[in-house]
Amino acid sequence: MEEELKVLGAWASPYSVRVQIALDLKGINYTLYEQDLINKSQLLLQSNPVHKKIPALIHNGKAISESLIILQYIDETWPAVPLLPKHPYERAVALFWAAFTDDKFSLSFRDICRTQGEKQEKCIKETVANMLVLEEALKGRPFFGGESVGYVDIVLGCRAVWIQVCEEIGGVKLIDPHNTPFLYAWVQRFRNLDCVKKWLPDFDKLLSYAYMVRNYFLQQ
Amino acid sequence: MEQVKVMSTKVSPFGMSVLIGLEEKGVKYEYQEEDLLTKKSDLLLQMNPVHKKVPVLIHNGKPICESLIILQYIDEVWNFNQFLPSMPYERATARFWADFANKFYESVAPIVKSKGEDQEQGKRNLLERLQLLEGALKEMSAGGSLPFFSGKDFGFLDIVFIPYASFFHAFETIGNFKIPFESEYPLLDAWVKRCIERDSVKKVLPSFDKVLEVALHLRKKVLVD
Repeated sequence: MEEELKVLGAWASPYSVRVQIALDLKGINYTLYEQDLINKSQLLLQSNPVHKKIPALIHNGKAISESLIILQYIDETWPAVPLLPKHPYERAVALFWAAFTDDKFSLSFRDICRTQGEKQEKCIKETVANMLVLEEALKGRPFFGGESVGYVDIVLGCRAVWIQVCEEIGGVKLIDPHNTPFLYAWVQRFRNLDCVKKWLPDFDKLLSYAYMVRNYFLQQ
Repeated sequence: MEQVKVMSTKVSPFGMSVLIGLEEKGVKYEYQEEDLLTKKSDLLLQMNPVHKKVPVLIHNGKPICESLIILQYIDEVWNFNQFLPSMPYERATARFWADFANKFYESVAPIVKSKGEDQEQGKRNLLERLQLLEGALKEMSAGGSLPFFSGKDFGFLDIVFIPYASFFHAFETIGNFKIPFESEYPLLDAWVKRCIERDSVKKVLPSFDKVLEVALHLRKKVLVD
């Protein structure tokens, strides 16, 4: 039976980009359907009725949602070019760091971009501290996955352009060669991969988008 | 010889899942109760320096944190009577609802920690989520013909969600309302009654009164501060 694989995504969403990077890294064919997040499509609402969010992966008609769950599904269904380590302990460690980055950065990046003054300062301070934790976790390896790119690299790396956008809007360096030399080298290395170059959004386009959203929220 | 230690608190639903998981696999473990409000132990700070939270599983000296990650780890290391289904799609479905169940506590905590409109919102969140879980259970148990979320056998999602059953009495008492189980969530009602008869669940779940006592203590502390 021919595989039918669809991704319901959005160009600016790191959650969508990480799924696209993972599929490309594994050499899996799929069709990408860019979603309108304001007027949500019937297909999106059917695929993720509980959260109504992207990304959604539709594999032979069956929908999977929540980006980390999608990544694990992809890794289990197409085991070549593994994202997660085989050993249970190392796998638990990778799952931990991926959850850490999402837990710490989804709201803080959003708030750096949408707030100002004290609230923004607080988010920046927390983000800088969390980047130092990740610097320590990377321990000078080429990738979080070791010699080759893996789960944590994709989960954190898909935010690379958002990190630059936060730096621009917040007027701060979050990853730099002086304070976080390992992360700095890592992000260049990650962004150099073909499957990553293909999907990371363009900085100017993302920055314009971020300013538009920022202005909307600052007016509220 | 395997050395397994769990650090948690008696009323943490996340900790309860981990303990039920270990009990189901018949794994011998040492339990260390943490006093999170007064002083976190040196061992906890050493084993979970990033979040300083419970539960933590320490297996032969190596720490594993985050309850869903710990449960999957337990399932992979003691790989018999598996909690998670074998096929990727069913595993993704189980993980989706486990993730949903784990965020449950945050959305209903206002019932205990707040008053007025915030508390009312917490109650609405609870009923909404129970409705969704009733729907999920209906689908996953083939309309109620199978006993558990995991189908024939007690599994991952059952382990993740059953700890919340120990909170319902506290929610009803503090929120001053009755959760309409029999009329609105009959499958969940039957499922809870079935699960609390299991040895592992009986051993791990605290009494409803104990949970109420802790919840009232927390409420007093939070509303005063």
